[in-house]
Amino acid sequence: MNIGYIILIPLIPLVVFLVLGIFNQKIKPSVSGYVGVFGLLVSAALSLYAAYQYFFVFGKTDGFYQTFSEKTVWMNFTEILHIDMGILVDPISVMMLVVVSVVSLMVHIYSRGYMKGDDGYTKFFAFLSLFTFSMYGLVLATNLFQIYIFWELVGVSSYLLIGYYYTKTTAIAAAKKAFIVTRFADFGFLIGILIIGYYTGTFDFETLNNPEGSAILNWAVTSFMGLSVITWALILIFIGGAGKSAMFPFHIWLPDAMEGPTPVSALIHAATMVVAGIFLVARLFPMFYFVENGFALNIVAYVGAFSALFAAIIAITQNDIKRVLAFSTMSQLGYMMLALGVSGYEGHDGVGYMASMFHLFTHAMFKALLFLGAGSVIHAVHSNFLKDMGGLRKYMPITNITFLIAALAISGVPPFAGFWSKDEILVAAYDQNKLIYYIGVFVAGLTAFYMFRIYFGIFWGKEKYYEHKPKESPLSMTFPLMVLAFLSITAGFIPFSEFISADKAGFEAHLNYPLAAIATLVGVMGIMLAWVFYKKESSLSDRYANALGPFYKWASDKFYFDEIYMFITKKILFKRVSEPIAKFDRNYVDGTMVGIGNKTVLTSEKIKGLQSGKVQDYAFAFIAGAVIIGLVFIYLLTS
Amino acid sequence: MIEGITIYEILTLTTILFFIGVYGFLTRRNLISILISVEMILNASVVNFVIINKYLYPDELQGVLFSIFIIAVAAAETALAVAIIINLYRQISSVEVKDTEVMKY
Amino acid sequence: MDILSLFIIVPLLTIAVLVFTKSLKQARVVSMIGSFIQLGMAINLVFAYLKERAINQDIMVFTRDLVWFEQFNIHYSVGVDGISVALLLLTSIVVLAGVFISWKMYDLPKEFFISLIVLSIGVYGFFITIDLFTMFVFFEIAVIPMYLLIGIWGSGPKEYSAMKLTLMLMGASAVLLVGILGIYYNSDADGGVLTFNILEIAKVNIPFEAQKLFFPLTFIGFAVISALFPFHTWSPDGHASAPTAVSMLHAGVLMKLGGYGVFRVAMYLLPEGAMDWSWVFILLSVIGVVYGAFSAIKQTDLKYINAYSSVSHLGLVLFALLMLNKTAWNGAIIQSLSHGFMTALFFALIGMIYERTHTRDIRKLGGLLKVIPFISVIYVIAGLASLGLPGFSGFVAEMNIFVGAFQNDDIFIRVATILSVSVIVITAVYILRVVGIMLMGPIRNDSYLKLERVTWFEKSGILLLLIPIVGIGVAPLWLSDMILESLQPFIQGLL
Repeated sequence: MNIGYIILIPLIPLVVFLVLGIFNQKIKPSVSGYVGVFGLLVSAALSLYAAYQYFFVFGKTDGFYQTFSEKTVWMNFTEILHIDMGILVDPISVMMLVVVSVVSLMVHIYSRGYMKGDDGYTKFFAFLSLFTFSMYGLVLATNLFQIYIFWELVGVSSYLLIGYYYTKTTAIAAAKKAFIVTRFADFGFLIGILIIGYYTGTFDFETLNNPEGSAILNWAVTSFMGLSVITWALILIFIGGAGKSAMFPFHIWLPDAMEGPTPVSALIHAATMVVAGIFLVARLFPMFYFVENGFALNIVAYVGAFSALFAAIIAITQNDIKRVLAFSTMSQLGYMMLALGVSGYEGHDGVGYMASMFHLFTHAMFKALLFLGAGSVIHAVHSNFLKDMGGLRKYMPITNITFLIAALAISGVPPFAGFWSKDEILVAAYDQNKLIYYIGVFVAGLTAFYMFRIYFGIFWGKEKYYEHKPKESPLSMTFPLMVLAFLSITAGFIPFSEFISADKAGFEAHLNYPLAAIATLVGVMGIMLAWVFYKKESSLSDRYANALGPFYKWASDKFYFDEIYMFITKKILFKRVSEPIAKFDRNYVDGTMVGIGNKTVLTSEKIKGLQSGKVQDYAFAFIAGAVIIGLVFIYLLTS
Repeated sequence: MIEGITIYEILTLTTILFFIGVYGFLTRRNLISILISVEMILNASVVNFVIINKYLYPDELQGVLFSIFIIAVAAAETALAVAIIINLYRQISSVEVKDTEVMKY
Repeated sequence: MDILSLFIIVPLLTIAVLVFTKSLKQARVVSMIGSFIQLGMAINLVFAYLKERAINQDIMVFTRDLVWFEQFNIHYSVGVDGISVALLLLTSIVVLAGVFISWKMYDLPKEFFISLIVLSIGVYGFFITIDLFTMFVFFEIAVIPMYLLIGIWGSGPKEYSAMKLTLMLMGASAVLLVGILGIYYNSDADGGVLTFNILEIAKVNIPFEAQKLFFPLTFIGFAVISALFPFHTWSPDGHASAPTAVSMLHAGVLMKLGGYGVFRVAMYLLPEGAMDWSWVFILLSVIGVVYGAFSAIKQTDLKYINAYSSVSHLGLVLFALLMLNKTAWNGAIIQSLSHGFMTALFFALIGMIYERTHTRDIRKLGGLLKVIPFISVIYVIAGLASLGLPGFSGFVAEMNIFVGAFQNDDIFIRVATILSVSVIVITAVYILRVVGIMLMGPIRNDSYLKLERVTWFEKSGILLLLIPIVGIGVAPLWLSDMILESLQPFIQGLL
């Protein structure tokens, strides 16, 4: 299959970024908006065309979807290790192209309305294009180092976009935190890459993922502390993924990242960048599955499950709607991770893998929609907080309906998209690990609860005093909402398992009615509970919150992980490590060098007494010397 | 040759004379006194020359001859030294050696 | 006239013309023309070298040999390989950028430019010679003008910094001289004659005892100028007090002499000594990497931050050189180039900020992104390059170093490697801290509301330095292959 044109997909946003970036001051804002949208429109069209070509026109060969790649050597390390740049076309990369394109395009269109009038309008679109380019590069990567390169670029784009309002100290701090926490995870990622490079002799995905290839077959050759070095490498690579995907304990950057403009939160922190970690594990899935009987995969599952639960509990307590959505994202990402973690490989066993990718797909749609809708609301009432909102359904009907659709989707209510993907995840968990299954069901209930808590809180209940009468957002903002809502309804009907599966063969998935019923029931119960608590203003919720006492407080303070992070960085790293080192360097190391200089000067002071200017002293030295030499000579002559 | 006195005794005499001169050179305050001490050193070496000539090499004359040289040179050197002291006196109005300690650190 | 000696002749001619200049305007134009010609020559050399390499497989090409002191067998002997060519290019670019940045040097401009050019002669000579003694002579020529440049045209405690820098570097040179003489007196070990020529000494098997003794001396002698811990303390004060162009040249080029010297002399001629002593210096260089980065976190003076950052980055160069394999050495050289451009760029930007705001204290600055956008944006880009972002040369260099270091499966080296890799996080911390405090945030001082816009010569200097950083970052293949090829004979010597 000809894949040459796919290289244009990332290149177009790159060119847009360079043009908008270099000519920043000279381009009129409205022009840059159109340029950004248009560029992405072309990339999106190409992505959809590529998907159509790949899945439908070319289709399977001998029952398997083929992997196509074009690559060129970018840099040589040794005779065998090198970094290539290229594009890898296989089911998940094509799927990701579609996800990234659709969401990015919607966000671009939305931003034209949302960011209108802002000083850095052109800069915003430039950064959005930079991000999209980096994300495309990441999903098309052919080898570990290439994905690492685009991983870092995605991180920088995120930094620039979170810190977009750069005069706000909170935004600056949030951007720094995001970058540094993910960099710390990337440190683990890099070590993992180095280990794989050394012990398998390659970075290339196709070579590594081959179940009959030497990388997988020889996993047991070298061990370190009881586990194979390859397992260690996979765990470290997972740590990198956990950082980007805000898994516990690297999640602390995600809520703060909400300081960025809402379209940024929609694009990066809901739909695309944060799924990079999931994508990474999926990309290396054969290795995760086959090496050491899936040891690393187990860790993935538990981390994912725990993160899902942890985030859902916190989400219930938050009052800033963007923070609720942030924790919700972390929770849903946890679902995706755990689905990968409990997945098998062949055919129907690989339902976890399929479900994870399916949920990635559907979640991108409805989460982006939720964020963009939240943006719409925030735009109208000029506040992020629930207490400043209420009864908005009268003023913002389109936002209301689309938000409701998204909320139903995420709660797993059929026939919306989230139901189908979440159900498959629970099916996969049920077969493999009952504990994880129960956690998943419980979290589904929590999800519905916290989602409808904010839905009712925003659109129903008592109206607050509004400075300006809130009105519906302009078409540039509501159009994307409508498109995404449509996708949130229909995406669930795609027979995903035919396209995406762990062994690339595709399989037929059937609805497991009992489990589906349980999941739906739990979701509906969550909604009912939220109805009771929040549809009308009442103190019912506050009374329950007080009844839960300290536990509620801990949850609403996010279990103090941010405080731990601040403590470690400010008190320990800055004060107890960095300051002493700087002082040590100034006072002791430098002190020694300066001290040597001072000693030299002191010695010189002592010695200069010899130049006394007294003739008699000189004569004395002269005579004493002569006598000594004379005595020496006599001694030598007589012995 | 003097009866009953070996060379060692006279050499001891000249050595003592020499070191008295050295001591005087190193410790006297007055420039003229230093000059006198230098004379003593020179005289001690003159006696040394003559004695060694007379006692060890009685048939030679070089020692005695050289002592005449030394006496002449000593005289010239004294004249020169006094001229220097007089010029110095015109600058610093003193003949103490401690007033000449200018060229130091 | 051979192509290499021109690198020394042209600056000498520039100085000769400079002597007759009468004002800043004339002096700077003459220097600019001279440096421009040098840059042209360096670029031409790259192409000439690649052409020559295709037909000539000698270790060094374009060689020329003139006897200097017959009795000691000292020759003026020159030759280059891929590594020298790359470093000559670095030097010429940084010198030209430095001239642009010094466009407004009003005090004693003639003397300033003359000293600068003399310094560059020392550096060019060092990179082209293959005779140990001549190398040492050029090394000194490069170090001594620093005293004048910092002491006269510097700021702050300039006399103190100049004295400290010069004395510490001279101390290192003294140690180095002992090492060089040690090598010289052992160069007849195989029954030949005593010689200072590097290529000839490389063929000789210097006895192991001598290697063990002289390797640390030569290594330390060279490495002090590359800020080896604990002899790095001349660097923060020296850079802080030096005028901008001098900091650029010093941190950008002079500090690379150390790594180059270690590679060409200490490792090439004393390989067994290197293997014996490597663990000590690996320890010191890793400490330098992490220690330098941590120290940078707490600093408030922009130049100090950059100086400690240089200690950290150059520590990586020394660390890589001690790994004794091709990939790591490739990384070390690319890191030398990359860091040279980056740190020169940083110092140039800091100089521009200082000229406008008259302070280097980041606590007093803030919100500069709004006031001087061009400079601030380039500062952010430089910062991202410094922390090893892909797309810039720092990433290429660091990855080579890390992959190369990882090829050693000795547990001590693995631990040291992992510690070195952790520097990517610490660097991010101090870079983003500075960017956040100084460039972002609210404008702290009202007098900064109106600052001078960036001028054409400042822009030229900046772009001159930025282009190689991006170029190497985006398309590293030609450079890394050129260097890898030249490293081949050096690796043979090791095995």
